[in-house]
Amino acid sequence: MAAGRGVAAEACVGRVVLPGDVLLLPARPDEDGERLRLGAGAAPRGRLLCGPGLRRCGAGLLVTKCGLLRHRQAGGGGGAYWVDSQQKRYVPVKGDHVIGIVTAKAGDVFKLDVGGSEQASLSYLAFEGATKRNRPNVQVGDLIYGQFLVANKDMEPEMVCIDSSGRSSGMGIIGQDGFLFKVSLGLIRKLLAPKCEIIQELSQLYPFELVLGMNGRIWVKAKTVQQTLIIVNILEACEYMTAEQRKQALAKLSGN
Amino acid sequence: MQRGLDSQTKKQLEEEEKKIISEEHWYLDLPDLKEKESFIIEERSFMPCEDLLYGRMSFKGFNPEIEKLMIQMNSRCKEEEIEVDDKMEADVSDEEMARRYETLVGTIGKKFLRKRDQRVLQDEDEDGNSNTRPSKKAKKKFLKPQD
Repeated sequence: MAAGRGVAAEACVGRVVLPGDVLLLPARPDEDGERLRLGAGAAPRGRLLCGPGLRRCGAGLLVTKCGLLRHRQAGGGGGAYWVDSQQKRYVPVKGDHVIGIVTAKAGDVFKLDVGGSEQASLSYLAFEGATKRNRPNVQVGDLIYGQFLVANKDMEPEMVCIDSSGRSSGMGIIGQDGFLFKVSLGLIRKLLAPKCEIIQELSQLYPFELVLGMNGRIWVKAKTVQQTLIIVNILEACEYMTAEQRKQALAKLSGN
Repeated sequence: MQRGLDSQTKKQLEEEEKKIISEEHWYLDLPDLKEKESFIIEERSFMPCEDLLYGRMSFKGFNPEIEKLMIQMNSRCKEEEIEVDDKMEADVSDEEMARRYETLVGTIGKKFLRKRDQRVLQDEDEDGNSNTRPSKKAKKKFLKPQD
């Protein structure tokens, strides 16, 4: 209402958008007519992906979170629009890989704390190679890396540690030792981006293992406690450091 | 005296009632709603938007299994596994294969001939090789037992 009719979506890419803004999408070529638009102009669009922070409204998109509008031209069909927002509180989403802490064992089901409003449930059969006789060795307090099978606002979230073909592909109980800490969700996405400089620079320091959960939790394990803590400190601080500051800090460390 | 309704008229009335009911009850007088083909898919996860990598990582050989997994998972995301149908380089050329097959069929085929045919075949071969062979044995006749 305050924004009037709305602004073209393409014009807002990379700019700050606020909840309530309406983004208009370019008019689609005639659906019923057989007219083909040759040359430039609205390229025939396949399905458009409306990502987190956006909702469909009429023929346009309604912004529901404040942040920067991003756009990606996907090769398959249409593009993708989403809002790059920052938050610390995680809301379970289907398909996300997260780190959960086992809080209770209730019969055949484990209750995990994933940082959301409710605890997620994990069945003991949802591990690779688990049968009724061959139960996984999970204790209260263990860390589990799994993905959400069911995650919506009406039901309790459910997690599994196998993928659709029945293989674990890296999911399951995270081993002994190591250090778990929490960061904001935006940093996790930055670290998981395809060419992340932070990760590349850290990997040059010393051998270590890293597990990133989309719920803001990171688990680090290195050979000694000191190395582990150094990596933890860098990851926590790099959210607010510029690239140069980070390089200086790393240079000091590798100098030591 | 008021006569009751005829059975015929009764039936007619009933049918009319039924007709009225059936037409009015089940159809609302609304225009047909055209279902709009929506071309916008709503997605709540960041994974398809930003092409995020796999969450488990290991560096400098700390956990070799995870490193193998990293390569596998990330290459699956980046390039959709295009299964290259490489034509296996044949060890044997096509011509040689045809020759071998020809002779093979002959060899195995011989096994299944009846004994007579086998002998004929054998003689033919030998005839072909050398012509100085004595004529083939006379066909065996039934020998009458001499008293």
